[in-house]
Amino acid sequence: MDLIKVAENSFAVEAKECPDFRSGDTITVHYKIIEGSKERIQNYRGVVIQRKGSGATESFTVRKVSGGIGVERIFPLNSPFIDEIEVNKRGKVRRARIYYLRDLTGKKARIKEKKRKTEV
Amino acid sequence: MSAGLIGRKIGMTSVFSAEGKNIPCTVIEAGPCVVTQVRTSEKDGYNAIQLAFDDKKEKQTGRPMIGHFKKANTTPKRKVVEFRDWDNTHQLGDVITVDIFNDDRWVDVSGITKGKGFQGVVKRHGFGGVGGQTHGQHNRLRAPGSMGASSFPSRVFPGKRLPGRTGNDKVTITNLRVLKVIPESNLLLIKGSIPGAKGSYLIIEK
Repeated sequence: MDLIKVAENSFAVEAKECPDFRSGDTITVHYKIIEGSKERIQNYRGVVIQRKGSGATESFTVRKVSGGIGVERIFPLNSPFIDEIEVNKRGKVRRARIYYLRDLTGKKARIKEKKRKTEV
Repeated sequence: MSAGLIGRKIGMTSVFSAEGKNIPCTVIEAGPCVVTQVRTSEKDGYNAIQLAFDDKKEKQTGRPMIGHFKKANTTPKRKVVEFRDWDNTHQLGDVITVDIFNDDRWVDVSGITKGKGFQGVVKRHGFGGVGGQTHGQHNRLRAPGSMGASSFPSRVFPGKRLPGRTGNDKVTITNLRVLKVIPESNLLLIKGSIPGAKGSYLIIEK
C-alpha cells in the first residue's frame, strides 16, 4: 500500500481545501462544466449518502430529489472539476451509509439536524 | 529487439490527467535488475541477457544458484528471466533500473493470470448459455449444448471447447500506455489493468 501512495502523490496537485463532511450532511457541490470553450459552474445540492474509498480514489455520493425523482450523483473527492464544496446542514444519522433514505419519501425522508457546540 | 525488466504488481489506483480525466492506473515496482548472464551467438547460438530480480536469503538458495549469482557478484534473487536480442551491450553484474523506460510511451506486460479453478464454458470460453430461464430449462442454463454431429463422425473433434481449469496462464497485454516513471522508488505507472494478483511477477518489455 505504501508504494501506491507514492504513485498517487506523484500526481497530486496542491491539496484543495475540503470541508469536513460525512453522511447525513446536506452539501452543495460547485461543479465545473466545460461546454466547448466555455466553462460554467453548476450547483448540485443534496444529502451525502456515503463516503467511499481512501487516498486519491476517495469518492462520495450525493442524493437529491428533483421533481419527485430521486437523483444520485457520485463525485470523486479529488476531482479537478469540483470548484468548491459547501456544507449547508449537519445531519444526525446513526450509520455511515444511509441507503435507507432511498426507500423514504416526503416527511419521512427528513434528517434531524445535529446540534453543534460551535457554529460552522 | 526486446529490452525489458522484471517487475512486481503492486496494485491499482486512479489518477487525474491534465484535462481532468480519471485514468485507471496500475502501479508496478520494476527492477532494479542485475545482469546475471550474457549469452552470445558464438557461445550459445543466440544473443540474450539474463536478468534477476527480488533478493532472497542465501540459505533459501541451492548451491548451484549461489555460484551462479556469485559470478555476477550479486545477492541471490528469486526471479530469473532471459531477454533475447537486446541491443545494448551489458556486462555481467550491471544493474538495470526503471530508467530504461524513460523515453517510452508504450510497453508490453506479461504476467500469470489469477487461477480460477475448474470452470464451465460460460466463464472459460465466453459461451452465451441459454438465453432465458424459462421454457423448461431446469438446470441447463450454463450448459455447453451440442458437442457435434452423431454417428458420423462418432467422436468429438480435438480442440472442442469444454469446461476445465481456467486462469493461471501466461498472458501478454501489448501496447499499454506508460503514465509515469518514478526512478526514486523504482515505480512504473501504466494505464489500465494487468494480468495477475498483487505481488505477482511481471515481465515488462519495450
